[in-house]
Amino acid sequence: MKYLDEYRDGRAAEKLAAAIARTVTRPWTIMEVCGGQTHTIVKYGIDRILPPEVELVHGPGCPVCVTALEMIDRAHAIASRPDVIFCSFGDMLRVPGSRGDLLQLKAQGADVRIVYSPLDAVNLAAANPSRQIVFFAIGFETTAPPNAMAVWMARRRRLMNFSVLVSHVLVPPAMTAILQSPGNRVRGFLGPGHVCTVVGCDEYEPIARRFQVPIVVTGFEPLDLLEGVLWTVRQLEEGRAEVENQYGRAVRQHGNPASKALIEDVFEVCDRKWRGIGLIPQSGYTLRPEYRDHDAEQRFAVADIKTQESLVCISGEILKGLKKPHDCPAFGRACTPQTPLGATMVLLGRGLCRLLRLRPTPREEPADASPPLGTLVPLSSGKEV
Amino acid sequence: MCLGIPGKVVETYTEHDVLMGRVEFGGVYKRVCLEHVPEICVNDYVVVHVGFALSRIDEAEAKRVFAFLGGMDQLDELEAPS
Repeated sequence: MKYLDEYRDGRAAEKLAAAIARTVTRPWTIMEVCGGQTHTIVKYGIDRILPPEVELVHGPGCPVCVTALEMIDRAHAIASRPDVIFCSFGDMLRVPGSRGDLLQLKAQGADVRIVYSPLDAVNLAAANPSRQIVFFAIGFETTAPPNAMAVWMARRRRLMNFSVLVSHVLVPPAMTAILQSPGNRVRGFLGPGHVCTVVGCDEYEPIARRFQVPIVVTGFEPLDLLEGVLWTVRQLEEGRAEVENQYGRAVRQHGNPASKALIEDVFEVCDRKWRGIGLIPQSGYTLRPEYRDHDAEQRFAVADIKTQESLVCISGEILKGLKKPHDCPAFGRACTPQTPLGATMVLLGRGLCRLLRLRPTPREEPADASPPLGTLVPLSSGKEV
Repeated sequence: MCLGIPGKVVETYTEHDVLMGRVEFGGVYKRVCLEHVPEICVNDYVVVHVGFALSRIDEAEAKRVFAFLGGMDQLDELEAPS
């Protein structure tokens, strides 16, 4: 496919890796913020072709993984109601809450449906005027415009049977929390490319200045990731701390003005609880009072459902880049992709624990089967252990 | 989750006063909201996330990394012992 295949070329990847090796003179720890980037790094083995000086740590950017356990429980409570058609992106259906996941609920007869787009849920509301249509509105800034558009359209079309359970999260407060953590090792960031198609690069300038860290807004294909690392390493070696845009084919400096205006109209910033991390002030979106008629939390009175998360799990430290999955006593034992204890192992999410658990480690592979440079291990060949 | 797939706009239309389109992803066609890329023309490429176009793909920017890689090849040739 155009704009995908050419960015997966193994020889070009080798050249970029060589350029990184020529540029780097000492160890640097770089965090890729977005779960989609982590997925590409693990799937194509980007971490294995980088010089040993460059350590990639994986950030908190998987909205499925960081959705608080109590939000899953609220979704479960709403979806259990016989008058409700509960709509969600497919990723969320297998995330276990304390009373099971939404897929199990569907198997028990609840009307839970996977939608490709929040706008499909709006059309479902028009087609089913006697039912309550609830959409589970999760995501980072990337998903805020489509979710806001769904609410805006429902109000415009007077579809009062449409509501949203909002659990939106924002990237900059999470990056700030990571940089303020005692023991933080992150010296530079690969910024979240698709988030920046919406908000632009400007939003990251204050973080780069305040914490003196380079932030390179980066795409999602192997060549994007490698070029993002090259630019970050170059800045670190030269002592610069700037926001640069590697993903210029999709990201404009000021983002998408129409999307920003719609977000501003429908949502306001609120405190948000992150699975594995806890409450981060001013780190999420909620509906503005003018749109509260479409707020499922109020309509179905589920806001008082509170849930305690696992005490063993160290996913909070993993999300902040302070620990690795193998540091966790539960990794691969009590905590597996089928029985996740915390955010980073959540099934179908892009959590690091899960991605690593699904990838054969060098120890598990036959000695002669290590992948050649640039040809990377597809995730599907991983053994689920 | 923040998946964005590049696709080619093959048709545009309005529905409930919102700009929509048919977008092709390697032979698969999807209905996509184009309201936030109002300058879009048929045959343009857009980055689509959950049925919603986030931005138009800039052709010149898309070629940039390959120009850089081409430049590296030329440097290698200059540096290679003759």
